[in-house]
Amino acid sequence: MTATVAPSKDAEPSAAEGPATPKSPSGRARRSIPYLLTVGMLAGLVVICLLSAGIGAYKIPLGDVIGSVQHRIGLGGAALDRVGESVLWNVRFPRVVLALIVGASLGCAGALMQGVFGNPLAEPAVIGISSGAAVGGVASIAFGLTFLGTWTLPVCAFVGGLVTVFLVYAMSRSGGRTEVVTLILTGVAVTAFGMAMIGLFIFFADNAEVTQITFWQLGSLAQATWPKVLAVLPWALVGLAIAPFYSRKLDLLALGERPARHLGVDVERMRVVLMFTTALLTAAAVAVSGIISFVGLVVPHLLRMLAGPGHRFLIPGSALGGALVLAVCDLTARTIAAPAELPLGVLTGLIGSPFFFWLLRRTRRKQGGWA
Amino acid sequence: MIRSLFSVRHRELPEPVEPGTVLTSAHELHVKLGARHVLRGVDIEARASEVVALVGPNGAGKSTLLAALATDLAPDSGTVRICGRDAGTWSAGELALRRAVLPQSAQLSFPFLVEEVVRMGRAPWSGTPLADNDDEVIAAALRATEATEFTGRPFSALSGGERARVALARVLAQQAPLLLLDEPTAALDLRHQELVLRVCRERAAAGDAVVVVLHDLGLAAAYADRVAVLHEGTIAADGPPAEVFDGELLSRVYRQPVEVLPHPRTGTLLVFPERG
Repeated sequence: MTATVAPSKDAEPSAAEGPATPKSPSGRARRSIPYLLTVGMLAGLVVICLLSAGIGAYKIPLGDVIGSVQHRIGLGGAALDRVGESVLWNVRFPRVVLALIVGASLGCAGALMQGVFGNPLAEPAVIGISSGAAVGGVASIAFGLTFLGTWTLPVCAFVGGLVTVFLVYAMSRSGGRTEVVTLILTGVAVTAFGMAMIGLFIFFADNAEVTQITFWQLGSLAQATWPKVLAVLPWALVGLAIAPFYSRKLDLLALGERPARHLGVDVERMRVVLMFTTALLTAAAVAVSGIISFVGLVVPHLLRMLAGPGHRFLIPGSALGGALVLAVCDLTARTIAAPAELPLGVLTGLIGSPFFFWLLRRTRRKQGGWA
Repeated sequence: MIRSLFSVRHRELPEPVEPGTVLTSAHELHVKLGARHVLRGVDIEARASEVVALVGPNGAGKSTLLAALATDLAPDSGTVRICGRDAGTWSAGELALRRAVLPQSAQLSFPFLVEEVVRMGRAPWSGTPLADNDDEVIAAALRATEATEFTGRPFSALSGGERARVALARVLAQQAPLLLLDEPTAALDLRHQELVLRVCRERAAAGDAVVVVLHDLGLAAAYADRVAVLHEGTIAADGPPAEVFDGELLSRVYRQPVEVLPHPRTGTLLVFPERG
């Protein structure tokens, strides 16, 4: 290693290196990557939104999509015929917007969870939060709850997610740390319990409800409508708005709980707020699309590899990246086997699981076993 | 940003202190960890411009005492004061401006670069006028610990000793008048052990109070103004090394015959276990 400097009587040699330049080349490169990534992801989002809007059983040329959007926001362009206009604005666009909301929520929730647990394997679906939210959602369908109108399902999902997030947290920590094994096993246990609960609800539900539950559980955006968008948008927005305020504190939390507190972070309060936020975001996603796994795992991880672990970029970046990934996945899911439609959760699971395997093996190698 | 507007208003910035002001003190401190009574009535204080070494055998309560002074542990009874006020009355942000803590082992959950890690030490100052000096303070802290050459490397790629120095650089960058260091020399080679203790002396000369847990009694004798010897949760002796380092006392506390000799040239005390 290069730890020892040239032999000398005192600390002179380090001073002789001249004024230190903390901005090393790799440090500077890291700083410009976030901008490039942000621009790239935004451009990707615009392209994929326009493509998603045009592609499908009823094809709408790209020029017509742009024209119709221009027409609606009063910038020239022209409206399409009645069918085209209806397909575009009542079927395609709600679906695209819903994909963006769900993706952004999952990506952001993943980044937050990993920061709070100090563990790159934490993800709402992996550690069981999603299944907790799903239990809430399924319960609201099975019992035919409607006390809050279209908000009923999101509220129930939120309560389910919130209970689970605190449960997992309380069970998987010991001595101020969360070990990977404990976390994953807790997730397994919680998910098993959640699935059993869902099974129980399905057992007692009537046929119509069973169909509804099963369809919802597979994770699909096929039933997207504007009221549905409005039912989850506020949840997602609140969550996405709170998250960036904690980016610097999450950086400090990487040092450990005590050091973070020594640097002025009110760790307990931050943790409660962020668990709440994660539950909000997960509930928003689960409420519309059932359990969609791995987006919250893969997206923050890739971004961390590309742009470094700083949460200032990671949190908004994961929201953007999640939205992009989910929009692409949804487009793929509904075109790859057209006219049939692949459930979205199935697709993300197919892509995400191998990545999760790889990540597990890598973490294991780095730690030299689970101990 | 809204956050930086709020942060200044809520935090009281530390005043400059006169040498000799008591920066931290514990009175009649009792701490139980589980069933074990780790500290049994400890009284200790650290003043501005002095280096206080905490020494003692394993399990004597050194780290627990340091954790209590750092307000990581709530004492079962007794009081801890920091910068003239009861420790519990400061907010986390205000405490961060007053005391910096070096933990026994440095861990990091994500692969931050060394420079980013040291920059975390500046977090308490964000939103204050002193945040403008961040770059110089960080560079100076890295120079002081001879860690400048690692700045662009990920913290996780460093060796144990290098990590320890970077962790110390982060603590120095915090610029708190009270430094609590838990075994800063444990992972270090001979040269860097001396370097770290010299840094402690420099901080004391600049007016800070430094409380440092040490295992090497020779280092404590050479660099500390005062040494507190802990023994089974109480302070067995507290004073300048020349008074405290007494062969009979150390032999009793460490349960190992110990010889204390003055260095033939410098007169600094040397502590040796008696060997057959």
